[in-house]
Amino acid sequence: MSQFVIKASNLNRNFGDLKAIQALDLEVEKGRIYGFLGPNGCGKTTAIRLLTGLLKPSSGEVQVLGFKLPQDAEKLRLHIGYMTQKFSLYDNLTVIENLQFVARIYGLSGRLQRKRIDELLDIYGLGQQKNQMAESMSGGQKQRLALAAATLHKPELLFLDEPTSAVDPENRREFWEQLFDLSDQGTSILVSTHYMDEAERCHKLAILEEGIKRADGSPEELMQQMDAHVVEIASSNLRQLKQELLTLSDVISAAQLGSRLRVLIKKSISDPLAFLSQQRIISSTNHLSQVRPSLEDVFVTCTGESKL
Amino acid sequence: MKAPLRIYAILSKEFTQLKRDRMTFGMIVMIPLIQLMLFGYAINTNVRHIPVGVVDQSETALSRVLLQTISATQVIRFTEHYNNVQQAEKAIARAEVRAVLVIPKDVSQRLVRHQTVGLGSPPSSDEETSRPIAQWVVDGSDTMIAAAIKSLRSMPLSELQNRPANRQTPTFEVTLLYNPEQRSAVNIVPGLVAIILTMTMIMFTSAAIVREREQGNLEMLITTPVRSIELMLGKIIPYLFIGALQVTIILGLGNVIFNVPIIGGLWQLIAATLLFIFASLTLGLVISTIATNQLQSMQMTIFVLLPSILLSGFVFPYEGMPEVAQYIAETLPATHFVRLIRGVVLRDVEIIDMTFDVSWLALFTLAGLVIASLRFKKNLD
Repeated sequence: MSQFVIKASNLNRNFGDLKAIQALDLEVEKGRIYGFLGPNGCGKTTAIRLLTGLLKPSSGEVQVLGFKLPQDAEKLRLHIGYMTQKFSLYDNLTVIENLQFVARIYGLSGRLQRKRIDELLDIYGLGQQKNQMAESMSGGQKQRLALAAATLHKPELLFLDEPTSAVDPENRREFWEQLFDLSDQGTSILVSTHYMDEAERCHKLAILEEGIKRADGSPEELMQQMDAHVVEIASSNLRQLKQELLTLSDVISAAQLGSRLRVLIKKSISDPLAFLSQQRIISSTNHLSQVRPSLEDVFVTCTGESKL
Repeated sequence: MKAPLRIYAILSKEFTQLKRDRMTFGMIVMIPLIQLMLFGYAINTNVRHIPVGVVDQSETALSRVLLQTISATQVIRFTEHYNNVQQAEKAIARAEVRAVLVIPKDVSQRLVRHQTVGLGSPPSSDEETSRPIAQWVVDGSDTMIAAAIKSLRSMPLSELQNRPANRQTPTFEVTLLYNPEQRSAVNIVPGLVAIILTMTMIMFTSAAIVREREQGNLEMLITTPVRSIELMLGKIIPYLFIGALQVTIILGLGNVIFNVPIIGGLWQLIAATLLFIFASLTLGLVISTIATNQLQSMQMTIFVLLPSILLSGFVFPYEGMPEVAQYIAETLPATHFVRLIRGVVLRDVEIIDMTFDVSWLALFTLAGLVIASLRFKKNLD
């Protein structure tokens, strides 16, 4: 098999008139964590469903783990794990019953089954809850159970659709530790998210908007290659300042962070500090400094035609 | 070789979920129990003790004896007296009584001259002797009530004159097989098996896949290697047991409480019942692949259930229906099962001899399973 676990070219999917995915090209390397970053409704879930064979593409080519989709979707199922956005195990079964169910579906029985389930309970810290109904568990516990079920058959490739949307920051950190453990053991992972901090943890990521891939690369690359300067202005009347700056065509966006205003200025301006100082609204008492771009800046720069 | 394990996974999950769902589990037992009691006692095609009124224009001892004689038949009971016919007709319209007996002033003259009572058989053209004794005014909208009262039309009245009832020689001798006492329960209880099974089996399975879809479990299931047919089989097998339990309740209690005989062989009964359960379950599965939510699946179940109750021969005889209705009835599994189970339970028929009904149920099951598996796609398109 090649070094790529997912290869898609010119992938399209329409729902009636709605173009959910447009001309998506994708290459995901083996053993890496690949992220889909984008707002709600940008096509992340559709993209994942296309790549798992749950949806048929309107046009385009997809190969996942060497299987051509949609023809070989059934064969692919043994090799992938999929954690849905909404908890999709059974609420009225206990942790252990849910895992037993999934194990049997994947053809695991007897001693092997018990061993694997014990292993998973241990890894995901669910030993205490093993006889608890899934519906009575916390968001974090449910999510760990879902991950345990999705990885029960040791898939080569794992799809996670907004896995942490119902989870507190503490649990999110823990969850990502577990993903890195899996990745370390050779599992390739594709994860969708709308959290910047999560996206930043991915080896590589694609920024999606309205079904179109706006940018891709590692978080560092994306930040370095970003098409804008970032300047922070410390001032007292930030709300008014923001409105004024947004009228300038070279200003991409301005967002307030406490007592500072974070301004994105087009790359075509060679000296952003000088450019800002020339503006009437900026007085000499304002403190200006050019700062390192964040992933959010990248996101704002490459998505959204409208100014914020 | 992993297919049996996957089927087992689905069905053991279904059992566990069912075990937790106390309400559903209760209904599985209570539905046949309560319905058996209700229908066994309530449905009675022999109408008795119909409340009727009297307009007695003669007010004689004879008219009172006449009333007593009619009461003794138990077909009717006199509950009201009215002064005139107008009052009586209003009472019928109010449904206070279902019929009124109008006894004319000259009832005694009519009676003595009446052919059944005294003077042998005078020519019927003789106006004096061919006059009826009294008149029934009946609410004819309900055909069963009307028929019951019509049965009184030529009741013998010779006892009124203290003469021995002269036995009439019937035109035909009638021998009633299988239910000589004409108890409705004998016909109702086996038919009830068909209705209860139609209801519970179709309802449970029609909700089966829809529920997984509604609760989001389906998205997980279809990314696993489980095949459509495995999912279908795993979903219906638990309900086979439930169906068997319900049949046992109905026929067992029917035997104990309503004294409905179970004449046919047990294996015949089991075979017929399994055929029907399978047919109903697959029909439920087909519904489940069409409906997009549980409310829709419930509506479709009722859509099948109502004709199954009314057209299957459970309440009204199949032979009495117009041809078109008979064709519709033939498509329903319940119609075939009503015939089979009445045949086995009451008449000791071998189901092999009822080839048409047996093969129809078998084909229905097969077609249902194929359609459901084909319709259930393992993707979200």
